[in-house]
Amino acid sequence: MRAGTELSEHPPVRRPSRKGRKEAARPARRQDGGRRKREFTARRGAMIAGFMSPAVIFVAVFTYYPMVAGSQMAFRHWDLADLTDTSFAGLANFKEIFDDPLWGTVLSNTALWVVASIVPQLVIGFALALWLRRRFRFRGLYQALIFFPWAISGFLIGVLFRWMFNSEFGVVNDLLMKARLIDEPVAWLADPHTAMVVIIVANIWYGVTFFAIMILAALQSVPDEVYEAAALDGAGKARTLFQITIPYIRTMLALTVLLRIIWIFNFPDIIFGTTGGGPNNETHIVTTWMIHITQQGDYGKASALGLLVVAGLLLFSVFYLTATREKGAKS
Amino acid sequence: MNTKESTAGKTVRIVFLTLWLIFTVFPLYWITITSFKPPGAIFAFPLSYWPEEFSLDNYAGLFDKAEFGTYLVNSLIVATVAGVLATAISMLSAYVLARFEFRSKGALLMAALVTQMIPAFIALGPLYLLMTDLRLVDNRFGLVLVYVAVCIPFCTVMLRGFFENIPDTLEEAAMIDGCSRFGALFRVLLPVMRPGIIAAFIFNFVNCWNELFLSVTLMNSDDNKTVPTALNGFISSFNIDWGSMSAAAVLTILPTMVLFAFASRHIVQGLTAGAVKG
Repeated sequence: MRAGTELSEHPPVRRPSRKGRKEAARPARRQDGGRRKREFTARRGAMIAGFMSPAVIFVAVFTYYPMVAGSQMAFRHWDLADLTDTSFAGLANFKEIFDDPLWGTVLSNTALWVVASIVPQLVIGFALALWLRRRFRFRGLYQALIFFPWAISGFLIGVLFRWMFNSEFGVVNDLLMKARLIDEPVAWLADPHTAMVVIIVANIWYGVTFFAIMILAALQSVPDEVYEAAALDGAGKARTLFQITIPYIRTMLALTVLLRIIWIFNFPDIIFGTTGGGPNNETHIVTTWMIHITQQGDYGKASALGLLVVAGLLLFSVFYLTATREKGAKS
Repeated sequence: MNTKESTAGKTVRIVFLTLWLIFTVFPLYWITITSFKPPGAIFAFPLSYWPEEFSLDNYAGLFDKAEFGTYLVNSLIVATVAGVLATAISMLSAYVLARFEFRSKGALLMAALVTQMIPAFIALGPLYLLMTDLRLVDNRFGLVLVYVAVCIPFCTVMLRGFFENIPDTLEEAAMIDGCSRFGALFRVLLPVMRPGIIAAFIFNFVNCWNELFLSVTLMNSDDNKTVPTALNGFISSFNIDWGSMSAAAVLTILPTMVLFAFASRHIVQGLTAGAVKG
């Protein structure tokens, strides 16, 4: 109930601050500098607190509190099968994860899922952005059309691709057979290797747009004079791209890639809608495996896995940011 | 970019753009076509790429057998209310984060970033217990509260980018002219911010409309279910009824696509304003 009281404190925190601001405003005009400054500082502080508090309270109560409570489950026995013993378990849940025969598969799947999704997303997105920079007829319509995948939930995208790659009535098999690329229908989702291909293709379909948009915006920040100067110096297209365009938008590119890596890592939705981690649990990534463990009722182990994800992503972000920043300092 | 383009370059560009368009649109085309096929024709060979007869049976079935209308209304209410609330709250925090320097600012921004790294599933159990204590399980208002919290961090960062793009001088001028800071915010900044606010709202709405795992956890009665929860129910059964599924998918996708088509330019601006500045 602690969170409940926090919630009910919410109006009293804001109300005095708003009143305080009005009162402080009037005498400040007449009084001497010292007092005015002090009151200005107080007013400013009250305003910052007042404006920030709704957001902070919401996120604290409904995101951080459950997350912290969930994290401490990682160090307890917490299994729906036996709730009589929720004692402190130390690192037993973590040990259980590392000893699990699926752990290796899950790790390599996660790495494959992230790398094989992000590289084509980046390359195709970059190409789209370069080509969309040019004006052409129907460019607005084109942009709106290729934007559509972004409006669809990951889960539904999984469902769409599950239907298209259906072994009997799937349109992909039909098209491939018409093109004589395969002789008989492929049971895409029955084999873990082809199933991984399907979920990665679905993810590329979904994620390219984001890169295209972000890179297009970054490209527009490169001043035309830079290109004109490069053209005067006789730089070719490839040289302009690698020596002017990419270095110019490098920081933004690095941040976009980082954000996408974090999101893709934490994106069980497509897999959940397509294979659900199957066949035989062989297409799980870390987060879908976590769902699987939760559904089995072992909240302790699932929380431990969640903590590993957060820790891994934090570590990765720090390394990544340091690496990209250092490279920037040198060049 | 006004440089001349070679014919070969132009051909490559057109071919590539066309292929990508086909690849992007085809899945949507296919699910739509499937939804209009009469139930028998979905599982008939050869596959037809344009149905001989368009049938609304799959759609009619959704509203007869399942309470799909109720789910749609629930989703609409929850996503709209949560979208509006999250946008309003994020506007306040984004404004402060864009305009003031204060000690905890870095920590707050970091806290917003960390929420993006947390797998939702780590919080689901405790969240369910919290909502039970608050008597907000299986309650649309409860789901709204949770969604608002989910939307705030990204929405704040996005709107902050917009505020930063607006020069300080605009409000300063208004404040010199006798506006209070509130007055400056509402009368001068908001009109300028409109594209950003629309983008933020649509972004929040679509995220809430599409959200699955929280709503599956928190909503269990048929009267309160949202659309994604219902779709998940179609999947859980061993035999997926692809007719109903495709019709339901089309009905789910349609509203968000219309919104995106209507405001895609604003959303592009919104996303990039928030992130390019980093």
